[in-house]
Amino acid sequence: MTTTTNQADHLLISQVSIDFPTPQGPYRALDKVNLRINKGEFVSIIGHSGCGKSTVLNIVAGLYKATEGGVILDGREVDEPGPERAVVFQNHSLLPWLTAYENVELAVKQVFKGKKSKAEMKAWIEHNLHLVHMDHAMHKRPDEISGGMKQRVGIARALAMEPQVLLLDEPFGALDALTRAHLQDSMMEIQADLGNTVIMITHDVDEAVLLSDRIVMMTNGPAASVGDILEVNLPRPRNRVEMAELPEYIRCRHAVLKFLYERHGRKEEAIPSTKKEEGELEKGNIVALKSVLTKAA
Amino acid sequence: MNTKHIFQTYAAPFIGILLFLAIWQIGAPKIVTSLGAVPGPVQVFDQFEGLVAEHQAARQKEADFYQRQEERNTEALKEDPKADVTIRPYTGKATFFDQIWTSIFTVMTGFVLAGLIAIPLGIVAGLSQTVYSAINPLIQLFKPVSPLAWLPIVTIIVSAVYVSDDPMFAKSFVTSALTVLLCCLWPTIINTTVGVANISKDLQNVSKVLRLSWWTHVRKIVLPSAIPMIFTGLRLSLGIAWMVLIAAEMLAQNPGLGKFVWDEFQNGSSNSLGRIIVAVIVIGLIGFALDRGMLLLQRHFSWDKSAALR
Ligand SMILES: Nc1ncnc2c1ncn2[C@@H]1O[C@H](COP(=O)(O)OP(=O)(O)OP(=O)(O)O)[C@@H](O)[C@H]1O
Ligand SMILES: [Mg+2]
Repeated sequence: MTTTTNQADHLLISQVSIDFPTPQGPYRALDKVNLRINKGEFVSIIGHSGCGKSTVLNIVAGLYKATEGGVILDGREVDEPGPERAVVFQNHSLLPWLTAYENVELAVKQVFKGKKSKAEMKAWIEHNLHLVHMDHAMHKRPDEISGGMKQRVGIARALAMEPQVLLLDEPFGALDALTRAHLQDSMMEIQADLGNTVIMITHDVDEAVLLSDRIVMMTNGPAASVGDILEVNLPRPRNRVEMAELPEYIRCRHAVLKFLYERHGRKEEAIPSTKKEEGELEKGNIVALKSVLTKAA
Repeated sequence: MNTKHIFQTYAAPFIGILLFLAIWQIGAPKIVTSLGAVPGPVQVFDQFEGLVAEHQAARQKEADFYQRQEERNTEALKEDPKADVTIRPYTGKATFFDQIWTSIFTVMTGFVLAGLIAIPLGIVAGLSQTVYSAINPLIQLFKPVSPLAWLPIVTIIVSAVYVSDDPMFAKSFVTSALTVLLCCLWPTIINTTVGVANISKDLQNVSKVLRLSWWTHVRKIVLPSAIPMIFTGLRLSLGIAWMVLIAAEMLAQNPGLGKFVWDEFQNGSSNSLGRIIVAVIVIGLIGFALDRGMLLLQRHFSWDKSAALR
């Protein structure tokens, strides 16, 4: 195995297939997934529910083992989970018995044991909570804060590990449109500051286009694979209101929708749901717009 | 609404107890046994006072006994400073209240030892399918065994193994405590195992991503998640422990409340039935107090103070 840190070889997902054992025999969820991700790149994975997006992320995280193929990060094969590939789980996964601060502390102590002094660790924990605007509720437990706040703490915990790759599994999926817009903006700022490599799973076409450098569109399972990859050539920093009018934005959105609902739509829902989805997206844009206006006010 | 609440929490239990006492007082004299009529609550209370008086008398006797020895010794020393003076321990008959303390001490010893074995074992079994498969058949086999079956084995083994010229604990105490231990081990092991095995997959993944050491994983993730189930197990165990102990003391004639009941039964005086009823009520009250104590402990250790514990 070569250890050249060629930019293009930062993260390599190579011929990954996975079989899950089921009572009816092995179920091939993924078949020959290939993906090459550059350092500092923001990649979204989009696809229909159950196609295997979480499975891809779990394989990169090291939580699942690929049946065939493998993942290589900076020239080393991924064979177990580790803090250099921090995960933000879909349902926040904070330890309910620890405060926001303590949740981040657990991660920081684990990663920086012997590298940072006590005071430095404290400053670092507070800095990361500050990044996600959680200073005011740092010493509250998860059951005392809202869903959006929990998700932010989850992100702070992941960021605090200074991961080489940040893995986000539908991080804003369970949130209302307003909160989601806020967190998307924070995510863009943080990523611009820190330059992490990010892989984010999403169901939301606008979210994917707004945040990503590239959008990976997955085909439906079983034996799902990468169907198409879309480059998003939008300038950064991106402002959601300005973006919405750019032809490139509209092109990307259209391309993703076309992939999802025409080429890989489920037959029974392909035609009616396309219209419905468009309507919902329009609504989503208005809400997002409002959120930006209220934020500016 | 509010009056209803007050009625339910305070008045209803009070009325329940009053009704019970009334039925008891009226019904008891109608049952005539070889030891006379069954005593009602009033007579039972008299017996209780009798037991208190007996206890105080015994304490007085004990104090007098030591004082007499002191006096004798000081006199002996006055005559001959080199006199060999000793204080012999008092060996009077244990009173009802002595027996209560013996029982509580014994049950706590057996229970605490059982907890010290059961909780770590349950944690390991919950974390490792292999360990679970290894010990599960044994648990299923031994769990239903009655304390009365354990007792002879424990007695014989303790007699054979626990031999020392100056034993720290009486053999009877060791036997009772071990029997309690053997019977109350199982609910804690089973519940701890279930609690540990059902830790949320997400939290386990967090632990893996952080590469927590085994020990940190147990401390930060396993124990807090499993605390409710561990306490469920401990409370079941303590309940069993208390029941088992009384039975074991009766059967083995080991000091404690069980022996008190047995002695009174053998005694067969006109006071016996009343005294046994006093013992039954005290046994019930102590069992209740032990369970409340565990609940307080659980409140103390539980991270979720808002959870309704009952
Ligand atoms: N541990 C497992 N055992 C068996 N089958 C599994 C397992 N994990 C996932 N699968 C199957 O693999 C397929 C992909 O699952 P995955 O969770 O990756 O989907 P997803 O794209 O993340 O869906 P969603 O968008 O709903 O989260 C599904 O059909 C699922 O049933
Ligand atoms: Mg998923």
